[in-house]
Amino acid sequence: MSERTATIASRVGLHARPAAIFAEAAGELDLEVTIARQGEPADEAMDAASILSLMSLGASQGDVVVLRAEGTGADEALDKLVKILETDHDAE
Amino acid sequence: MQTFSGVGVAPGRVLGPVRQMPKPIQEPHANVNIPADVTVESQAQRIKDASKAVQAELRERAANANGEGKEVLEATALMAADPMLVKSAIKLLKHETPGGARTAERAVWEAAATVAETLKALGGYMAERVADVLDVRARIVSELRGLPAPGIPASEVPFILAAEDLAPADTATLDPAKVIALITSGGGPQSHTAILARALGLPAVVAAAGVDGIDDGTEVYVDGAAGTITAEPGEELRVAAKVWANQASTLAAFTGDNTLADGVRVPLLANVGTGADAVKAAGAGAEGVGLLRTEFCFLDRDTEPTVEEQIAAYGAVFAAFPAKKVVVRTLDAGADKPLPFLTNADEPNPALGVRGYRTDLTSPGVLERQLEAIAAAEAAHEAEVWVMAPMISTAEEAARFADLCHAAGLKTPGVMVEVPSAALTAETVLGQVSFASLGTNDLTQYAMAADRQLGPLATLNDPWQPAVLRLIKLTADGAATASSASGQAKPVGVCGEAAADPALAVVLIGLGVATLSMSPRALAGVAAVLKTVTVDQARELAGIALAAPSAAAARAAVREHLPVLNDLGL
Repeated sequence: MSERTATIASRVGLHARPAAIFAEAAGELDLEVTIARQGEPADEAMDAASILSLMSLGASQGDVVVLRAEGTGADEALDKLVKILETDHDAE
Repeated sequence: MQTFSGVGVAPGRVLGPVRQMPKPIQEPHANVNIPADVTVESQAQRIKDASKAVQAELRERAANANGEGKEVLEATALMAADPMLVKSAIKLLKHETPGGARTAERAVWEAAATVAETLKALGGYMAERVADVLDVRARIVSELRGLPAPGIPASEVPFILAAEDLAPADTATLDPAKVIALITSGGGPQSHTAILARALGLPAVVAAAGVDGIDDGTEVYVDGAAGTITAEPGEELRVAAKVWANQASTLAAFTGDNTLADGVRVPLLANVGTGADAVKAAGAGAEGVGLLRTEFCFLDRDTEPTVEEQIAAYGAVFAAFPAKKVVVRTLDAGADKPLPFLTNADEPNPALGVRGYRTDLTSPGVLERQLEAIAAAEAAHEAEVWVMAPMISTAEEAARFADLCHAAGLKTPGVMVEVPSAALTAETVLGQVSFASLGTNDLTQYAMAADRQLGPLATLNDPWQPAVLRLIKLTADGAATASSASGQAKPVGVCGEAAADPALAVVLIGLGVATLSMSPRALAGVAAVLKTVTVDQARELAGIALAAPSAAAARAAVREHLPVLNDLGL
């Protein structure tokens, strides 16, 4: 199991366009990636490819989340997803 | 040629193909016995296929959209095939799920409802997305049933939208570049369809039985003034549509300073809700604001806006009309405009309930804070601010409202006349305040005891009803008597949809109304007709309308005396 933490950079938090960009990227992977708030049990983590789950997570700018995935290429995939979360998409 | 007739609610003569609005999706039944040969796997596959198909369609629409609309469609497309949504729907197909196995349609319905509830509970931005989730749900269920997707149909070419009636939610997605006219089998002159059509300047006919059965693609001619729809029209009507198209472009310019043929000034004002509306209205030549609907500042909120927020919202409107009149209507919540912190949703009869000025009885303080904000915004701008209370029924209420206005430092208090009792006692009511404004939509609904939204009552719900015209005359006469008694002018305006009907506008002036306030789109048409009549002619036409035996006869008789209406296609 690979694991990464990421700090939400987008000003609006993890919804609207930033959530759409992230869910789409997670959905294109051949791995199942989960997302949870830091400190929450791993078995309550949600599907990172679900925009509805991301929205119900309600993560704001500055909140820390944990991404988890298993399998070949998991580390590279998670690094890529962390980068998306740590970019302020509203600033573009 | 087949002809349908209804109530014309917004003028214009256009020709185009019909597209039917799909019927709203019905909730799939729970507790349906599922045949033994239907497997969970096959149903799960149906859900996956339907969600993918909806996603593909939304993506295609996103590709053709721009800006904010594109982003919304892209996000909605992602929701359509959302893995969490699809998984929770599939779970509901299984026999071991509490409540037993659901049909694919029911499973999607319930799974999306659960998601919607979660988002609603989160509030704010998430709660606003509930509508998107429910839209996606309706699309997937339609796909599963093999029905067309709900909502306004997507089309490459401009079309005439036919429906039973439109809901406020449909109107938000209506693209005026694609929809050239609205025709409905239900609804009335005051329905959402009618109000939307006037705001967008789209020709519209409501309560035209049978139009929801016209085949998609059929070419029809719509005359929004006459209230007729003709399928497969002949050459004569094709020419009429062309002539209208040319005239519409010349009608578009209203430059302010409206006068009758004899030079009598009749200021034409605009109905607005926001600062952005006010800027547009000023651009359309409006000589001021006859109705500022302040509830737009309050709607979709769980709590009362602060005085500071209100000052900014009202100030944005005042700024668009320096040295011009702006009539502010205090909060008009209740009935079709509920507010969680002000109105009780459980009233058995909300149109007759605690609404408008009456909410001050149950939630004291809100009105006083609003008046404080209006006074502060007035002090910061050049506009001449008048303030009126909605749903005033008695002279006592008028007097108390005037006291509240004076205490807040507002110099020109007035009342809306919407309740027949206020029209009948106009002289005493106007004795307490400086002006009155007739809200003809509600006045008609109360005088005729006919709900504004009900299609079958459309003929009752018509401001041309002689009973309504008499109440208008009583109000104008009462105000005139109160003016002479006090030595102060007490003008009566009209800010209902009636003012936007050019023929009725002439009658209103003849009945003694001093100013007319309307959707900015209607200004040019009303001005073009008013400039052809004198006050004396208007009075004569008002007499004809008052003496008519029915609304239809009143309208027909007045129109016959105003050939300019037909020349202009109004």
